[in-house]
Amino acid sequence: MSTPSDTHTQAGDATARLDAPAATASLDSWLAAHEGKELLRFITCGNVDDGKSTLIGRLLLETDSIPVDVLEAVARDSKVRGTRGEETDLAFLTDGLKAEREQGITIDVAYRTFSTDRRRFILADAPGHEQYTRNMATGASTAELAIILIDARYGVTTQTRRHTAITRLLGIRQTIVAINKMDLVGFSQARFDEVKAAFEAFATKLPPSNVAFVPIVATDGDSVVARGARMPWYGGPSVLELLETLPVDAGTNHVDFRFPVQLALRPNESFRGLAGSVASGEVRVGDPILALPSGRTSRVARITTIDRDLSSARVPMATTIVLEDDIDCARGDMLVRPDQRPTLSTRFTANLVWMSDAPLVPGREYLIRHATLETPATIVRVVHRLDIESLETTPGPTLRLNEIGLVEVRTSRPIAIDPYEKNRATGSFVVIDRISAGTLGGGMVVASDVGHWDDPAESHLTPTASSVTLDERRARLGQRPATIVLMGLSGSGKSSVARAVERLLFERGNTAIVLDGAAVRTGLSRDLGFTAADRSENLRRSMELARLMNDAGLIVVGAFSAPQAETRDRCRELVGKDRFFLVHVDAPLEHCRTRDPSGLYRDAALGKVRDVPGLDAPFERPTNADLVVRSDQLSVAACAERVVALLRERGIVE
Amino acid sequence: MPPIASLHSPLPHLDVLEAEAIQIIRDTAACFERPVMLYSVGKDSTAMLHLARKAFAPGRVPFPILHIDTGWKFKEMYAYRDGYVRDELGVDLLIHRNDDGVRAGVGPITHGSRVHTDIMKTQALRQALAIGRYDAAFGGARRDEERSRAKERVFSLRDENGRWDPRTQRPELWNLWNTRLRPGESMRVFPLSSWTELDVWLYIRREKLPVVPLYFAKERPTIERGGTLLMMDDDRVPLKPGETPVMRRIRFRTLGCWPLTGALESSAATLDDVILELLASRYSERQGRVIDHDAAGSMEEKKREGYF
Repeated sequence: MSTPSDTHTQAGDATARLDAPAATASLDSWLAAHEGKELLRFITCGNVDDGKSTLIGRLLLETDSIPVDVLEAVARDSKVRGTRGEETDLAFLTDGLKAEREQGITIDVAYRTFSTDRRRFILADAPGHEQYTRNMATGASTAELAIILIDARYGVTTQTRRHTAITRLLGIRQTIVAINKMDLVGFSQARFDEVKAAFEAFATKLPPSNVAFVPIVATDGDSVVARGARMPWYGGPSVLELLETLPVDAGTNHVDFRFPVQLALRPNESFRGLAGSVASGEVRVGDPILALPSGRTSRVARITTIDRDLSSARVPMATTIVLEDDIDCARGDMLVRPDQRPTLSTRFTANLVWMSDAPLVPGREYLIRHATLETPATIVRVVHRLDIESLETTPGPTLRLNEIGLVEVRTSRPIAIDPYEKNRATGSFVVIDRISAGTLGGGMVVASDVGHWDDPAESHLTPTASSVTLDERRARLGQRPATIVLMGLSGSGKSSVARAVERLLFERGNTAIVLDGAAVRTGLSRDLGFTAADRSENLRRSMELARLMNDAGLIVVGAFSAPQAETRDRCRELVGKDRFFLVHVDAPLEHCRTRDPSGLYRDAALGKVRDVPGLDAPFERPTNADLVVRSDQLSVAACAERVVALLRERGIVE
Repeated sequence: MPPIASLHSPLPHLDVLEAEAIQIIRDTAACFERPVMLYSVGKDSTAMLHLARKAFAPGRVPFPILHIDTGWKFKEMYAYRDGYVRDELGVDLLIHRNDDGVRAGVGPITHGSRVHTDIMKTQALRQALAIGRYDAAFGGARRDEERSRAKERVFSLRDENGRWDPRTQRPELWNLWNTRLRPGESMRVFPLSSWTELDVWLYIRREKLPVVPLYFAKERPTIERGGTLLMMDDDRVPLKPGETPVMRRIRFRTLGCWPLTGALESSAATLDDVILELLASRYSERQGRVIDHDAAGSMEEKKREGYF
């Protein structure tokens, strides 16, 4: 037997992409050109009908990535079970499992590698069917780029929308939209433009991504590897040219240092190293280090390898860090830089892809794995489900197999998280079943502060029923209970209006009380600050208090900035829709800044305070206020009159 | 959107693959009670063992290295295993043979490749894993080797009988590996999943790792049988009428039981030559393995039965 390459000619009309070694002076010169090659991981989305297998087969064939004996085996299989007669069915190259080949479907993600002179590629070939959303999410989780295949004849379909949404949610920020079968639409530029426009129109609703559109004919190879001659109107790069030139780590965070500790190495008394992989950012010897969750600090003394020390390490290197101080640190902890902190939290919201046949059970204890930490956790509730095709959300009690939704998670240990958008490595987690040990879902952190709005009450606490009915109270007090929230910018005059309303009501013979934001903060909420999360929590406590006072028959007049629409909606839910009234005390920022009764704007200008709504924190103007009063145009008394008029109209007072 | 990349260019792919493999090895050591590294004496095992040594340096590899010995490996493989791996590297090397198979005289020629592989490899592996009560076993398999491997997980679950079910594989997202097991289950762990044959050779070159000399071309006594070149490593295989050993300049692309491993004629006598020859080759490395040559899907069936 002689060497294989002597006895067989190259398959097909493939072009050799690797330099032939005969033409290479030595391995050294070949290595000089190839050893520094970057690695790009990408995912292909589409199904056999779109020509996905054909596209992959062609990329593999034309980059010379399919060994001759494999190609021969595929040709044999293809004749026996294929659908193309004597022609080799390229789908048989990519459908690895016997069950799949026999059923003619692709049921699982397959990973394939190929190389060109410029790059190494790892391709996640994910199934396209709707029931395999979980497999596509799996393939997308490690990909930096997605190829979305569209059949030019059918254009953007529900499947296109689903594939695109999944890849964007999983954080892929580079997309190649390959519009295939251009030969079947007469190589029409108009049709290409039409499909492109349709794609762009729906994609605006999704997280952003760079998108390149390429018209291709996968069966013949136009614009797959070489630029074809049949579409002269398309002057852009081929699919492979894009794969070779788009950045390889567009989704990687290179700034914020995160080092989840995998294990502590202590081979002898003198060495104590923390082994792990740099999940994001970079670290240098001498850098200050903060260990989470302990909060202890130290500095990097050494970064070691088997044969030499390094001066720095960066994502995704696997390394061993020796700290100057012997601080207590173990698997599951995370080293960060003190000036680049993640949020240490036990509660956060996340987009969750559910991958189990059994639906998610809110309140049940699962395990989650985040970085190197495994901790018991509960999905407190499903905020909403996302219809992956229409991109509409619906409130959902649960998530079923292949559904995606926004959920609230509570962990039993604090974990160091970042939003997935900012850091895929520390914003991702998987949900594991405690009993079956199966992987149930994959989550992507959205926000790290969710407040206590949805904390379940202790189940053994049941308030006793009052023997005094609401009607009895109403009859005695001559009023219906209500909570009026006067909201607005700091300095808009909400507190003054609230006091005026209280006075007016008192004089009319009603029983009312003012719940002033400042007053609540000096007592009930004195532990809270002014971040968005703390403002939200302050309102929650105030509304719980208002509800109790409403139960006593009182009218509560609250004055709060309440800058977040979602929080205001939650107030309305908590208190009860029929007895909650939102009044926007509206004045331009300039007016408020000039009045500045509490000196807040002055302090903000001096840099003493932050998070001032309307200045450096968002102020969401209400669209569903029951009443708007312009406090810069009306007197306080006139504003108060209008509030009381509203209460009369709504039957709260006579 | 994540912050724009710093001035760094991305790491070369070999560094990325090395980092990923070390991360997998460390996670296994951290999450399992009794891990073991399967070691076949071949080039992939050589790279994997080196990665394990790197993962725990300056400490020792915290788990044993297990060689399933069919008794039919090439002599040079035994010499390398004992001389280099056991004596020079000083790792905790365990060797297991299926004694029942040895007593029954099971061999690749007398019993055929299928029976030999089942008794001396698959059954032997199951015995060894049971004896050691190992809950995780590393293997050097790569996804580019064979079609069914392309879909296997990095952390691949085995039921209580050591069987793999491709239909019930756990989703594997990011690098958040699910290492949990139910009683009786065990894990196969493949740190080289994303590597190719070329990557392994480039890594061996970069890290200056010694390999079994059979990978390099030399004049060796061979016979041609059934279209395969066999190197006559000892006299346990009787010659058939008409067969005469001929000296040929050959080498091996993969190593296994010598009567089941086809050689290729080659003049690649050095590591660089081997890499250059690989770059020119248009054949897969498994081509020389008699074991995979049954029907398509035969590897998948072996794996379902517990073959690594």
